[in-house]
Amino acid sequence: MSRIEKINDCVIRFANVNGTGSASANNLFAKSIFRMGVPVSPKNIFPSNIQGLPTWYEIRVNEKGHLGRRAGIDVMVSINPQSLAKDIKDISAGGYFVYDNSKPIAKELLRDDVINIGIPMTEICAQNYADPRQRLLFKNMIYVGAVATLLDMDMNILEKMVGDQFKGKEKLITPNVKALNLGRQFLIDHFELPGKFKIEQRHLNQDHILIDGNSSCALGALYGGATVAAWYPITPSTSLMSAFDDYASEYRVDPVTGKKKYAFVQAEDELAAIGIAIGANWNGARGFTATSGPGISLMSEFLGLAYFAEIPLVLIDVQRGGPSTGMPTRTQQSDILACAYASHGDTRHPLLFPNSPKECFEMTADAFDLAEQLQTPIIVMNDLDLGMNEHSSPPFKWDDNRRFKRGKVLNAEQLDNLKEFGRYLDTDGDGITYRTIPGTHPTKGSFFTRGTSRDEMAKYTEESEPYLRNMDRLLKKWETIKTFMPGPEWQVPLSEQSNELGLLYFGTSTWSAIEAAEMLNMEGLHFDLGRIKSFPFQDTLNDFIKDHEKVFVVEQNRDGQMRSLLINELNIDPAKLIAVLNYDGLPITAQYIYDKIMSHAGYASSNSNNHHDLRKTSFSAS
Amino acid sequence: MTYVKPAFRHPEAAVNKIGFTKKDYEGALSTLCAGCGHDSISAAIVQSIFELSIEPHRVAKLSGIGCSSKTPTYFLGNSHGFNSVHGRMPSVATGAYLANKELIYLGVSGDGDSASIGMGQFVHAVRRNLNMVYIIMNNGCYGLTKGQDSATADYGSINKSGQTNLFETIDMAGLAMELGASFVARSFSGDKEQLVPLIKAAVSYPGFAFIDVISPCVTFNNNKGSTKSYDYVREHMDTVANLDFVPPAKEITADIESGDTQKITMHDGTYLQINKLALDWDPSDRISSLTKLHRSRINQEVLTGLLFYETDRKNLHEILNTTDKPLNALDYADLCPGDLALQTINASLR
Repeated sequence: MSRIEKINDCVIRFANVNGTGSASANNLFAKSIFRMGVPVSPKNIFPSNIQGLPTWYEIRVNEKGHLGRRAGIDVMVSINPQSLAKDIKDISAGGYFVYDNSKPIAKELLRDDVINIGIPMTEICAQNYADPRQRLLFKNMIYVGAVATLLDMDMNILEKMVGDQFKGKEKLITPNVKALNLGRQFLIDHFELPGKFKIEQRHLNQDHILIDGNSSCALGALYGGATVAAWYPITPSTSLMSAFDDYASEYRVDPVTGKKKYAFVQAEDELAAIGIAIGANWNGARGFTATSGPGISLMSEFLGLAYFAEIPLVLIDVQRGGPSTGMPTRTQQSDILACAYASHGDTRHPLLFPNSPKECFEMTADAFDLAEQLQTPIIVMNDLDLGMNEHSSPPFKWDDNRRFKRGKVLNAEQLDNLKEFGRYLDTDGDGITYRTIPGTHPTKGSFFTRGTSRDEMAKYTEESEPYLRNMDRLLKKWETIKTFMPGPEWQVPLSEQSNELGLLYFGTSTWSAIEAAEMLNMEGLHFDLGRIKSFPFQDTLNDFIKDHEKVFVVEQNRDGQMRSLLINELNIDPAKLIAVLNYDGLPITAQYIYDKIMSHAGYASSNSNNHHDLRKTSFSAS
Repeated sequence: MTYVKPAFRHPEAAVNKIGFTKKDYEGALSTLCAGCGHDSISAAIVQSIFELSIEPHRVAKLSGIGCSSKTPTYFLGNSHGFNSVHGRMPSVATGAYLANKELIYLGVSGDGDSASIGMGQFVHAVRRNLNMVYIIMNNGCYGLTKGQDSATADYGSINKSGQTNLFETIDMAGLAMELGASFVARSFSGDKEQLVPLIKAAVSYPGFAFIDVISPCVTFNNNKGSTKSYDYVREHMDTVANLDFVPPAKEITADIESGDTQKITMHDGTYLQINKLALDWDPSDRISSLTKLHRSRINQEVLTGLLFYETDRKNLHEILNTTDKPLNALDYADLCPGDLALQTINASLR
């Protein structure tokens, strides 16, 4: 049997039972690799459940820095009898199967093309710990110690991690370190270490940080000056709001009075959550909310109001598998159309597509400026993979000279000097009009905000002319919005040849798309790469599509929603855009993109009716 | 900030303590039906705010959708207004109130807006104890869609097309009391003498002040057999108490509480003096008030007046422990922790 032999290039998967404390042990393991200076990407694959169902934690280690998900498990750590049979099947040939053999497992389940490492974890715990809860928890540390030893990791780093994780609970450090070493010792005593399959110290993570996207968005909201946070619990956005509360309770409390410089309100539903955020913004405070797909559906009516009445708003959509309740704990990029055109009537909303914690932080902070400058809802399109998993990210930076951009808000003095105030009077010709905040001036600048048609002076009207003027001004404003939103990011071409092929991607599809392009490049298939960072689309994106014969659009939904949006908004010939779609609820992999593109035959002959069907015959290079 | 009084005033028009005439509190011309109860309530609001000498821009008007929610256009023309989404005024009001605790929030809704589509939001606004005045202009029907029964239509009430309502009614005042509201009143649009002091008291009250105002729909629900018609309400109205609204400076005549008077002291020193007409009830006792309300319903009376009050509940800002300075007045220095803090955060993530 040939064993897997790779240094700093592997996928380790822990199969656990939800609610057994495995998450923190697994996280400790991943972070130790990060501290060894080796690029790492942990992902939680968890059920919609609090206790009992199977949950997996998958860690990709990749020295080259490819941190999208990769299929193929090199080390499977199987702690959950429920999923054991399937877990064994998922291991790559020559890989390692680490399991608890305190109770014998059926011989026929064990494969002979993998290395089986049975460790009596339950038994070791029973011998060393008296408390039943401790027995359960320290089992996790035993397998962490064993796997770290298997991969020849630096135990000092793991032990220091334990110290950091239990800072303030020093009593827990010793028994945890003991458990780590129990696992380590058993492995040394009973197995031969693989040697050429290991994780080695490097210095590749520079000054990077390891953080999840939801916490990063929360920090962005904190730095962006959010003061009213309203929300309704929904996976996977809940942790974003609780992170905001955590950060705000640290950085936004008056040290003298103990009073809070923010309001954190759990609303009765998503309708109320967005209503509260809208009310706060109308009244001059930076309000925001976060939700996921079902919440977007509920918020749609209010989004139309905010669009039409021109009220700033920041909304963060942490997308999950839809439709309906869908796959609530799995990832997708499937709310794009729902968000871009949310609400009845002619509505459009600017979207931002972050692809890393750093961008979650920056784009969320920017969204508060954009919302006020553009007087419209800004939706940050996060997703479960980015939001709830930790990612290696460049550190956050803040320019201390930066100030909040409040947009066109008139104060009392400006009102006194103004001949005439009309809330919807386009005096600057950019489609963006001046607003006032309630309480500004006793006799000037008050107006009535409504979702009903009105004239430039904010007076109710059902006349066609002022309605048309207003709708057309909103279109003009849409053009202005384009100039405010971040443009696409182009990658330096991998090949100097003139490329006829383009690859477009956004958000969490980025890492796998770039890796796939490298794989395709090796096959002689050269792509120019572009990342979409926002909607509305800029002309440069249109030019990119025009300049390429075929453009593949990578996204994580069934219907090619970004492709539809591109076709609709840029008037692109649909035959030109080929969708590469992953919608199984797991983060997209480079191999998947590679396979889909390689197997696509349609792009060579553009007349194919099945241009976007990638299950077609194999690819032949022209 | 202090402002100069408006330059022009009609020489004979009465001015309030801060120099505004009643006209300064009026709004656009109403487009509701002639004789609509809602217009009387709008007039009562104008008079109340004028008499309270509140600068118009210190009030924010909020509403949902429906005939009642149109009314904020017809009063307080110098105040900001927000005609939001059907049934969602309470959430918008919550956000607005959180942004600036210093303004006076006047929410106007209808029975369709609050007792049906917006029931959830109404309930939670009460729970959160927003410091606001919440007026329901209650006519028992959907006026703007031509007279369908609403959830506050009484069981057995007959509508204009002769149909009898076979569903139980929702008593919004009773519900508010049950939910823990701290100021609950009911009134009648046709009784300005009662309504104006109630609105003034509600505005001065430091918490969620709810007034359910029976406001007949002259077009769709003023017929014989309707329990929300002018005639029916006048015939069946039972008033629990008269209310005197006493500003801080004024000496009050009966400052010693007796069996039939009670006084409520507001934070600004204002008194509300309740002159009880019904003695089988204590307005500061929730159980007693609810019992009184239930009994009146059995007796087919429309119970009006200040039904219940409580003075020691924390409002939402107090519950959330927000800063004294309104959140919308906090600036960059107050809100942004800066790069140094961010570098500490970065360091903790390595």
